[in-house]
Amino acid sequence: MATVAASHDHHHDDHDHKPGFFDRWFFTTNHKDIGTLYLGFAIMAGLVGGALSGFIRWELYEPGLQIFAKGSMLDALGLFDLTNPAAQKHAYNSFVTAHAVIMIFFMVMPAMIGGFGNWFVPIMIGSPDMAFPRLNNISFWLLVASWILLCVSLFTPSGPGAGQHGFGGGWTMYPPMSTHAGSPGQAFDLVILSFHLSGASSILGAINFITTIFNMRAPGMTLHRMPLFAWSVLVTAFLLLLSLPVFAGAITMLLTDRNFNTSFFQAAGGGDPVMYQHLFWFFGHPEVYILILPGFGIISHIVATFSKKPVFGYLAMAYAMVAIGVVGFVVWAHHMYTVGMSFDLRAYFVLATMVIAVPTGVKVFSWIATMWGGSITFSVPMQWAIGFIFLFTVGGVTGVVLSNAPIDYSLHDTYYVVAHFHYVLSLGAVFSIFAGFYYWYEKMFGIKYNAFLGTAHFWVMFVGVNLIFFPQHFLGLQGMPRRYVDYPTGFTYWNQISTIGYAITLVGVIIFLIMLVESIIRRRPAEANPWGEGATTLEWTLSSPPPYHQFSELPVIKEDDHH
Amino acid sequence: MGFGRMGMNGLMKAACGAVATLTLSGVLAMSAAAEPLIGQPTDKEMGLQPNVTELGHEVDWFYNGLLFPIITVISLFVLALLVWIAIRYNRKANPTPAKFSHNTLIEIIWTVVPIIILVVIACFSMPLLKKFNDVPTPDVVVKATGNQWYWAYDYPELGVEGIEARLLPEAADLKKAEAAKVPYLLATDNKLVVPVGKVVHVQVTANDVIHAWTVPAFRVKVDAVPGRLNSLWFKADKIGTYYGQCSELCGQDHAYMPIEVQVVSEADFDKFIVAQGGKTRAMIAAEEKAATAAAAQAAADAAASAQADDAASAQAAPAEAAATPAAAPAAAQPSSSPAAAPAAAAPAAN
Repeated sequence: MATVAASHDHHHDDHDHKPGFFDRWFFTTNHKDIGTLYLGFAIMAGLVGGALSGFIRWELYEPGLQIFAKGSMLDALGLFDLTNPAAQKHAYNSFVTAHAVIMIFFMVMPAMIGGFGNWFVPIMIGSPDMAFPRLNNISFWLLVASWILLCVSLFTPSGPGAGQHGFGGGWTMYPPMSTHAGSPGQAFDLVILSFHLSGASSILGAINFITTIFNMRAPGMTLHRMPLFAWSVLVTAFLLLLSLPVFAGAITMLLTDRNFNTSFFQAAGGGDPVMYQHLFWFFGHPEVYILILPGFGIISHIVATFSKKPVFGYLAMAYAMVAIGVVGFVVWAHHMYTVGMSFDLRAYFVLATMVIAVPTGVKVFSWIATMWGGSITFSVPMQWAIGFIFLFTVGGVTGVVLSNAPIDYSLHDTYYVVAHFHYVLSLGAVFSIFAGFYYWYEKMFGIKYNAFLGTAHFWVMFVGVNLIFFPQHFLGLQGMPRRYVDYPTGFTYWNQISTIGYAITLVGVIIFLIMLVESIIRRRPAEANPWGEGATTLEWTLSSPPPYHQFSELPVIKEDDHH
Repeated sequence: MGFGRMGMNGLMKAACGAVATLTLSGVLAMSAAAEPLIGQPTDKEMGLQPNVTELGHEVDWFYNGLLFPIITVISLFVLALLVWIAIRYNRKANPTPAKFSHNTLIEIIWTVVPIIILVVIACFSMPLLKKFNDVPTPDVVVKATGNQWYWAYDYPELGVEGIEARLLPEAADLKKAEAAKVPYLLATDNKLVVPVGKVVHVQVTANDVIHAWTVPAFRVKVDAVPGRLNSLWFKADKIGTYYGQCSELCGQDHAYMPIEVQVVSEADFDKFIVAQGGKTRAMIAAEEKAATAAAAQAAADAAASAQADDAASAQAAPAEAAATPAAAPAAAQPSSSPAAAPAAAAPAAN
């Protein structure tokens, strides 16, 4: 083998030989380049999804239709048909749908799994690359194809009214809103095909990660010595592998209901719309853990690094993630307390859902115990990590409230739910992405960012997102339903606070972009390990950026230098 | 990172500032808000709407008395730990980090204590869920059907059908709503009218896509699913008007198909039913009674006349006697079947 490889590579003068621009960024099979592509893609999608939510919040600043109206600034863009009231209100629904789909499938997942997962799982386990580099390439490019289909769907007739473009049935796509009764146009068919592609992309990625982690660990890197981020991606990959096929089946049934006259979900033909909801949430609930679990891994590394202490309760942390993953598969119908399930079924899902609070609590308290007794440096990633821990706790406890069906009847499909899942995702997952980005930025790109800009980004964003989402708890308790283009005057005050919060968050995002540009212009050379003694994982043993192909000689892991 | 030290101070200052601002704005908001409105959202309010039902009282105790204190204490506890860590274990205050990474006792505590808290919550949650689930014998049964984009109401037992409740045209415009003194986006043209202090059983379904029927002040919500008959119940203990809004995304006018429930006295409810061309429970009961009496009377008459006229009209009487008892049950039928309906509907409560 060695001689064959040598004869193939004889033209490589050094280990850092990089292909030309087109070959490198379009045909790459290098895990680090693919990771970078994913991160760039996620930033792009995040800006699009964030812009969509900007129009939503702007519209909700006061009662009445202002933005989704003729002659508004959105109308002036000329991209969306806002000529008649039916089209205006539909455009809002399609914005809400696209915001969710983009943020989940094209921002958080590519950033966490595709971006950080590709970059650091192979390095952390001491492997030269992923197990299937070419599969890795197609995972990324399938996602690009999926993105194109989704974007096209936004400008495709959906109906039933004239001028209604883009699917407006929400990211949950419940039939009959998503069958011919609600959306007769072709837009939703494109959305289904888009999900098929992004699902295939994620399944291939999951296979790749599982194979890599099980087979390509460096000598001495046992599973129980493996860094927690690699653990989190391993659990996530299993969740993807087991849940996505069910989702693919459900949306394929929607496709045949729409186009081939089947009636899986049509009551008039003997089907049941609620069956779709069961299938969807069997995927949908693990999906929310797919979004947050890699963040758990990232936060563990950052907290340990900047406390200069090993992770508290390493095994409990790893198996808490496994437990969250396993239990996450048997709680799906807590999204469906109001669909008309039997008492026994509802009682089971209440109890099972509450169980998840236990391993989640173990993680939060273990992070705190990791910091306890530490010598903490409050660098930029550590600020994001501490922000994450608090905000994720707030989002977690409102989850305990919602798990109880008797109160969920009042809060289901209200802004309380919106506040809850944005606390765990927009403030949880996104904060962990930014924490990871600031933690590994120097390592990935070989340049230093301006810490003042990073800190300013954190504080502005922290204040902004809390102002957006905390008042939404009050709106939900007062009964404001989700996905409403307009609302009674009794909801005005907190909606205005929320929209002001969006404006502040927007300033934070602009600071983030300035930080990126500033670091690229200044090009301050990075250190191999800027974080000092606390940074113990393998990526800090390499140069910044790492060589194009690392570990041509595999590292050997001894008992003491794990996690 | 030359910013480390300044970042630390900044973190603490800003954290204190944020907490102070949040507290202050909370206090201001609470003092600014007027007495909350009944049956509809009140601007600047931060909690649940005032409830007016038996289930609502218990839900409010469950949330305000149990869940909210628990989650507030947990969140503040985590915040306090983080603030303490920032003060006590920063690089300056604690230059040499400890090296421990295990403590079995504390790990057992933070596993067992949350379990105990959850068990306590479940002990209150389960009986309440049971109460939601078990519909008491209803006094009035209403069928609510979701359509794009309006609700249709039937009183199947009382012979009232096809009341269609759409957003009131004045309530669709901010200025007109203010002039007409109707709540914007909440008022409907026709309303669901129910009697006060009575168990109302609402059976909910839909014609086209999924909708959801809810009234926040009653603390109830259920999805209207095509092909399914879901149900909920409430017993409102205050006369008044209570609003809700469709709570499952159903298309372009999702935000424009409100629910308006008028809780009225029993007398007013009866008047409403009669005005709609239906029959009140009392009327149905009276008719039933009359029909039974008439049937009994007819049977007795027939028997008497058969005896008296035994010899005289031997051919005619049997035919008459046979005809009357047969007619009597037929007349009684419409009034007896609604009485059976609630029992038949009860299993659908799931």
